[in-house]
Amino acid sequence: MSDYVVEMLNITKIFPGIKANDDITLQLKKGEVHALLGENGAGKSTLMSVLFGLYQPEEGTIKINGEPVKINNPNDANALNIGMVHQHFMLVEVFSVLDNIILGVEPNTAGVLNRKIARDKIVALSKRYGLSVEPDALVEDISVGMQQRVEILKMLYKNNEILIFDEPTAVLTPQEIKELMQIMKGLTAEGKSILFITHKLNEIIEVADRCTVLRKGKYVGTVNVADTTREELSRMMVGRDIQFKIDKAECKPGKVVFTAENITVASKHHKNNAVRNISFDVRAGEIVCLAGIEGNGQSELVYALTGIEKISSGKLALNGTDISRSSIRQRSRLGISHIPEDRHKYGLVLEYSLANNLVLQRYWEPEFQNAGFINNAKVLEYANKLIKQYDVRSGQGANTIVRSMSGGNQQKAIIAREIDKNPELLIAIQPTRGLDVGAIEYIHSQLIAQRDTGKAVLLVSLELDEVMNVSDRILVMFEGEIVGEFNPRETTVEQIGLYMAGAKRDTPSTGTGTIEKTKKQEMGVKSKP
Amino acid sequence: MMTKIRKFIQSPGAASFLASVASICIGLIFGYILLAFINPSMSLYGLGKILFAGASTTEKFAKVLYQAAPLMLTGLSVGFAFKTGLFNIGASGQYTMGAFFALYAGIILKSPWWVALLAAMLGGAIWGAFPGVCKALFNVNEVITSIMFNWIGLFAVNLTLSNIPLILDRVSANRTVNLAAVNKSAMIPKWGLDTLFGSSFMNISILITAAAAILMFIILNKTTFGYELKACGFNRNASIYAGINAKRNIVLSMVISGALAGLGGGIYYLSGTAQFTIVKSILAMGFNGIPVALLATSNPVGIIFSSLFVSYIQVGGEAMQPEFAKEVIDIIISVIIYLAAFSLLLKGLINRLLTWQNTKRDKVFAAGSTSVGDGQQNPQVGAATANKSESDGVTK
Repeated sequence: MSDYVVEMLNITKIFPGIKANDDITLQLKKGEVHALLGENGAGKSTLMSVLFGLYQPEEGTIKINGEPVKINNPNDANALNIGMVHQHFMLVEVFSVLDNIILGVEPNTAGVLNRKIARDKIVALSKRYGLSVEPDALVEDISVGMQQRVEILKMLYKNNEILIFDEPTAVLTPQEIKELMQIMKGLTAEGKSILFITHKLNEIIEVADRCTVLRKGKYVGTVNVADTTREELSRMMVGRDIQFKIDKAECKPGKVVFTAENITVASKHHKNNAVRNISFDVRAGEIVCLAGIEGNGQSELVYALTGIEKISSGKLALNGTDISRSSIRQRSRLGISHIPEDRHKYGLVLEYSLANNLVLQRYWEPEFQNAGFINNAKVLEYANKLIKQYDVRSGQGANTIVRSMSGGNQQKAIIAREIDKNPELLIAIQPTRGLDVGAIEYIHSQLIAQRDTGKAVLLVSLELDEVMNVSDRILVMFEGEIVGEFNPRETTVEQIGLYMAGAKRDTPSTGTGTIEKTKKQEMGVKSKP
Repeated sequence: MMTKIRKFIQSPGAASFLASVASICIGLIFGYILLAFINPSMSLYGLGKILFAGASTTEKFAKVLYQAAPLMLTGLSVGFAFKTGLFNIGASGQYTMGAFFALYAGIILKSPWWVALLAAMLGGAIWGAFPGVCKALFNVNEVITSIMFNWIGLFAVNLTLSNIPLILDRVSANRTVNLAAVNKSAMIPKWGLDTLFGSSFMNISILITAAAAILMFIILNKTTFGYELKACGFNRNASIYAGINAKRNIVLSMVISGALAGLGGGIYYLSGTAQFTIVKSILAMGFNGIPVALLATSNPVGIIFSSLFVSYIQVGGEAMQPEFAKEVIDIIISVIIYLAAFSLLLKGLINRLLTWQNTKRDKVFAAGSTSVGDGQQNPQVGAATANKSESDGVTK
């Protein structure tokens, strides 16, 4: 019997023109949590796809329990007791928890579905591993944390021994993350082996036994987590030192630039309001951060501020001008810039060239058009200026079709466009989503630079690290309301986490309903990139 | 070398052109096989007619141009709507309305030809506006409304014509009166082209329609209006985000699209050689605009050529009678369109494959470089990059 349950030895996976995995070795011991660390594009996903039989490696061998195996497709992987919790859950929302767990392996008596057998097994499993779920609740009605537990139970129900968690904490609150860590430790104590894909160093330090680091498709090394530090891991991951603390000057808030008074926004998904009676203001020279778990009304609030959605009541003012009923274009002209949450859905016309996208908010200005005819020379000149200034990289410069650009550079293009408008108020929602460490650093520095030139910045973020590091003032949203206001220097991540999860609040609740449903629907949308 | 080929394939214009040419060739080969199947001994003769009849005499070529003109306009109508993200399947109804407005202006109001053509555009525009308004205000699918409006248009025109005795021919009351007999000024001028080509079919309509195509090209590619329309078509959300009035643009796009189809109706029936017949089936000219637009991937300048091509082989099809039924041409056109759609798919697949590689390469470089991403490694355009770059292989 081998020490290792999974051995991926010298795996090389070549896509025409590129080595996505170059001689990578990953060995998973029985009963350990093994972290797989790497930036976006480091080859983690390719490696897991190889293990799951979605790709065939050009070189290298896979051994399970010491036996060389050939995994041709995901069914082979299942047969070898390999299971995976995907980042975006693979659940049938309108099915019950129980039905989701048994999907694909339904127990039957003479061809008739026998839920009794399943229920007993699920209850036993959930007790044994401390995975509390409600078997009869519909998946769409339960919390994200419980959905994840359902995913874990799915693997356990199939008697999977090797469990892969693909960035499982991205959608969880700090409390839920803690619970998950406990669950993972419990699973390994019971003899399961876990591969934990992540780029969050704190989680690795907390839960993993060993960690394998990939960079640019190459194997960097495997370390014992107990013998290493966060700094060491990050250096292995990106190949240079990364600043965790952002250097920024003291915040010197000036006059109030933007005011929202008693804003209410109806929800598109259900009868309750998505945003309920929210009031806040943003001053010149400060970054105000709206923190909260996805689907608590942040998106709707921003759509209302920028004019994409109408407010049902309340008042918005920019530098004293009432803009509650202004059009999107008017608000933009008055000085609101918007870095949207979904850069493909809102931020860019992907089929347009980079130049055309860079003038998306100002093609109508006299500078760029003459009697309705676009002045292409001017557009190109302007685009080249921005490309240079903001270091937007692309294959064919200003003429590159934006669809072909990398996510980081697409985001840079949006940031260049929105910041170059010289806005009074810059609204950024999740500006660093899906980007790697270098890009995140850059975007944070741009936001802070905006602040330092005396502009008002409203940042909406789900990442608590980002919230704590970048903002000068934190507003926590829960179920469409602001439930707490904090100074990041005087609070802790745990404290904010409690407010985000709705466990604590400073203001009395005004509504009764739950917006759980919106949360799910939005997640559903997000999961299809 | 590979990258050169790749770049060439991926330059959007070249790819579309190659796709169209390839599908035309395969379509013609298929047509030949069909002819050989029907009548083996005459198959080469039939193919020769298809390929060369249109250019055999100036008279035949005049016929090609004559038929191409309305086809070009319905093609432009469909193509313009496509470019702005709408599927105007109602070109036929708009064409019918245009024909009626033109004939009413020409025969009853005794207007000169250019006023009658403006009337035709108005008629088509009105008929295009309905689906546009329904789409913009109530989000009713324009395909459904415009199909309904094809029928409503057809029967409304039939009904109205039946009740205006003056507009109808005295001998056979199911068609409109010969324009030459009642108002010569309403006929589209010939400028001596008829004697040049030796064909009574020849007039300046092909020049008018080509001008319309070039105008559409300019609007779409050179103006802020075109910029807005295309932005709406590509990504409605992003255009709304940029403060573009998407609803207004939907309506305007359908109005322009309708006006083009209406103009097509006017052009055809003001030639003096065609008389509008009261029939119970929708005029095919509107639907033929769809393949014309598809073949040219909705590029207005491309539509000039695709409409000429379709018209050319239609004339060839007529010339191979009686050995073959001219409907064979419809089959060949259908095959070509089918292949055109298919080869676009192939092109998409090739692009996907290439960009996917590049994305992978990108990812790897991006992870290593100290700055964001690495666009330099990514020299081209593709359909799948965005999706691919956001999601991972395992979740696929």
